[in-house]
Amino acid sequence: MRLEHWRSALKSPVGAASASLLAVLAVLAVVAPMIWGDAANETNPAALSQGRSAEHLLGTDALGRDIALRVLVATRYSLGLALLATSIAVLVGLVLGVLPAVLGRRGSRFVTAAVNLAVAFPALLLALFFAVIFGVGAQGAVLAIGFAGAPSFARLVQTNVAAVAGRDYVAAARVAGVGRTRLVLRHLLPNAGEPLVVNATVMAGTALLAFAGLSFLGIGVQPPAYDWGRLLGEGLDRIYINPAASLAPGVAVVLAGLAFTLLGEAIAQVVGIRTARRRMPEVRPEAQVASSSAAAVRDTPATDAVLDVRDLRVGFAGRDGWTYPVDGVSLTVWPGETVGIVGESGSGKSLTALAVARLAPDDAAVSATRLDVNGTSLLDRGDAEVRKLLGTSVAMVFQDPMTSFNPSMRVGAQLAEVTRTHEGRSRRDALSRAVDRLRKVHIPSPQRRARQYPHEYSGGMRQRAMIGMGLMSEPALIIADEPTTALDVTVQRQVLRLLRDVQRDTGAAVLLISHDIAVVSQMCERIIVMYAGRVVEELPVDRLAEAAHPYTRALLGSVPDMTTDREKPLVTIPGRPPEPADRPPGCAFAPRCGFADELCGTTPELEDAGPRQRAACWHPRTEAIPPVAQAGVGERS
Amino acid sequence: MTTTSAPAGTAPPVRSVPPDRWVRNPWLSFLGRRLVRLLVSLAVLVTLAFLMIHLIPGDPVRAALGLNAPADLVEARRESLGLNDPIAVQYVNYLRGMFSGDLGVSMTSGVPVADTIGARLPATAGLAVSAFVVVMSVSIPLGLFMAVLTRGGRRRGAELGFTSTSAVVSAIPEFMLGVGLVFVFGVTLGWLPVAGRGGASSYILPVLALSMGPALLMARIVRVEALSVLGQDFVRTARAKRLPPRRVYLRHAFPNALTSTLTIGGLLLSGMIVGTVLVENVFAWPGMGMTIVQSILAKDYPLVQGIVLVYGSAVLLVNLVVDVMLAVVDPRSTIREG
Repeated sequence: MRLEHWRSALKSPVGAASASLLAVLAVLAVVAPMIWGDAANETNPAALSQGRSAEHLLGTDALGRDIALRVLVATRYSLGLALLATSIAVLVGLVLGVLPAVLGRRGSRFVTAAVNLAVAFPALLLALFFAVIFGVGAQGAVLAIGFAGAPSFARLVQTNVAAVAGRDYVAAARVAGVGRTRLVLRHLLPNAGEPLVVNATVMAGTALLAFAGLSFLGIGVQPPAYDWGRLLGEGLDRIYINPAASLAPGVAVVLAGLAFTLLGEAIAQVVGIRTARRRMPEVRPEAQVASSSAAAVRDTPATDAVLDVRDLRVGFAGRDGWTYPVDGVSLTVWPGETVGIVGESGSGKSLTALAVARLAPDDAAVSATRLDVNGTSLLDRGDAEVRKLLGTSVAMVFQDPMTSFNPSMRVGAQLAEVTRTHEGRSRRDALSRAVDRLRKVHIPSPQRRARQYPHEYSGGMRQRAMIGMGLMSEPALIIADEPTTALDVTVQRQVLRLLRDVQRDTGAAVLLISHDIAVVSQMCERIIVMYAGRVVEELPVDRLAEAAHPYTRALLGSVPDMTTDREKPLVTIPGRPPEPADRPPGCAFAPRCGFADELCGTTPELEDAGPRQRAACWHPRTEAIPPVAQAGVGERS
Repeated sequence: MTTTSAPAGTAPPVRSVPPDRWVRNPWLSFLGRRLVRLLVSLAVLVTLAFLMIHLIPGDPVRAALGLNAPADLVEARRESLGLNDPIAVQYVNYLRGMFSGDLGVSMTSGVPVADTIGARLPATAGLAVSAFVVVMSVSIPLGLFMAVLTRGGRRRGAELGFTSTSAVVSAIPEFMLGVGLVFVFGVTLGWLPVAGRGGASSYILPVLALSMGPALLMARIVRVEALSVLGQDFVRTARAKRLPPRRVYLRHAFPNALTSTLTIGGLLLSGMIVGTVLVENVFAWPGMGMTIVQSILAKDYPLVQGIVLVYGSAVLLVNLVVDVMLAVVDPRSTIREG
């Protein structure tokens, strides 16, 4: 564990509080018995079992001894015994945990099995068992709690060592002929150390509480010695006379236990053992809050477009203010049309699709001056209304069919659910329609398949079932977000063909999102190219050869085909798209563009670049793309 | 859930062995493996309980009767406990007795251990079961509610309040909570009985002491699990199907958060079974926990042995039940993993 880790652990509020509490306790443990040790043992027959008074802050016990002093003095014994028990647990745990790595196959299996069996029993039961063997008293209790804590620590050591054991440098050390013991001591343990330190700290807290428990039961510390648990037990008998006598040692135990536990958590957070949680300020979604000028747009009579979006922005609150992965996107999809959105990952295309379908993540703030589906505005509508409006008219197909189905529900039921919810059909009706739709998307023996779980489907079958799910009602728009990316090439073709068949049969419009311009150009009539949250070019597929934006041309240029010279490296676009937080002013593509000049420092608007073609570029290209570069795209098979 | 849910690749048929329904049914082989594991664990438990009396340094009878006990009394007691026989004979006798329900006789009272356990078990079981019911019926709705409330980083205040309260309360051991409850409801308010087992009202404080920590801990886990499930693709699919939120949460999200909830629930239950020992001693509850502590202090080893056996077997049974339930909820991973 490195020094800066400790330092930053101590800087966090929780870490600082728990560490200073522990420091106070440590000082008390050293000092209190020296100052008050004798006074705390002084019996006073004149003041037996008294309540609180000026002389005795927390009253006196059955022999007239001052309880406040006894609680303070007991700090040393309570902490000392807990730490002793913890070190036994850690030592025995380390040995048990490392043994499997050192012993032969049979020995290691035996140790692992023994540890697993012991972990199955609660530590208190183990502690009671060992307390019987080691005898009643402080010494027996230390051993009992130490041995009772060892199995869980051993398990932890085993898992952490096993995790490290797979790394390359361990393999290298093994190849170099490093002995087993040395391997463990020099290579495995030091690198598995951090979680162990954290858990040893937490375990000290647990041991403290456990010790208090045993002493409270009378099995731990025996009179005349006393620790907090003992004081608590003695005080409980007289709780009606003097509650403070049992509460004060109780509070001391809880505080000390919490201090250890929280210090452990603070360290854990710093070294990142728990995944660091995303800390974000409260998001006040400016969602659906259209600017005032937008009101006019919104009130204009709706067109007959299936989807009409104007100036869509999706923002996230970050540490340094808002970032907009989608920054002013406008698009229109006409009935029956197939439109592709293409761009590199990070261009905001998927988020655009989700926001349009009102499925953006919870912490996203979505705004637009217009968001019409089927001629109805979705702006300013509540969730229930949106569900009703989109339930039967918009279908979604997601990227990863592995994870997009509920793993614990049968496929048929997941399809049928749509019809049951939105059309109020009976379970049987809905299920027979589900079987029909599965048949429609070419799932073999759909009756049987409908009763299966998603994991029994192949990847391509799952994606077809997902499309079938979209067909449970009669959608006017199917939004397919990278529907083929997670599939292998032959299955890709099937799925794309299915999408096209479905479109032909139902007349639904399709909005296809893909990073692959070849896929998009096979499927779509019109292509929207996105870069860094904006639309940079919009063009019909037959004008791809006349693409105006250098980025569109770069995308086309990076598609390999049968004639690509395989001796040369694949063409790539140099650089990577900017993060939403640090986009350059003006054209975001300028840093990667060969034609950029100072003009590109101001943002270009989408302007006509040809028939039905618009590009946002100060230097639109006009020369034709050489046929080699466009051989792989543009032909609809 | 039928046998078809197992992927075909799990149990490749061995050619030399004729296809055997018993071997190829993944459910049966899973149950068989778990039962074998339970039996092995029980055997280890019984052996350890038997060995306990022999692992104690010195003469346990001498220790129990005191240093001043006459030598012939000690010898007679050793003889009556069978401690003078060879250890293998003792072990066989112990096992034989156990199968006929004979756990030996208490060294202090002379009452058969089985009778004492029979008299004390209901009180302990009643406490543990009611506490478990409270934990489950509070933690699952609370955890789900908090997950929905704080999803996607909403309501940081509520999240912070919930996580810190539950962290602190679940870090306080049950007997300490018990003392606090006695102080508040018994001493200060005088509302509830604080000792002994009587009517329903006598259950309130012990059950609260036993269940508060685990309930909040469990609610935390349910919340974290539910949050991670809420972020998964299939929940987005469910939302894309425009299902009502209630259906999204209860039908799609929650069942998939069950696995770890069950695992932790099992751990908590076995912890609570043993946690009764402390709580019973706070509330003078006439169960096995009071008895085991008394008999440890009185060095009444046969009684200790018997009670340790009961606690241990209860824990092992809980583990088995949880394993089987996990397999039912998620046949894919559990059965295959074996």
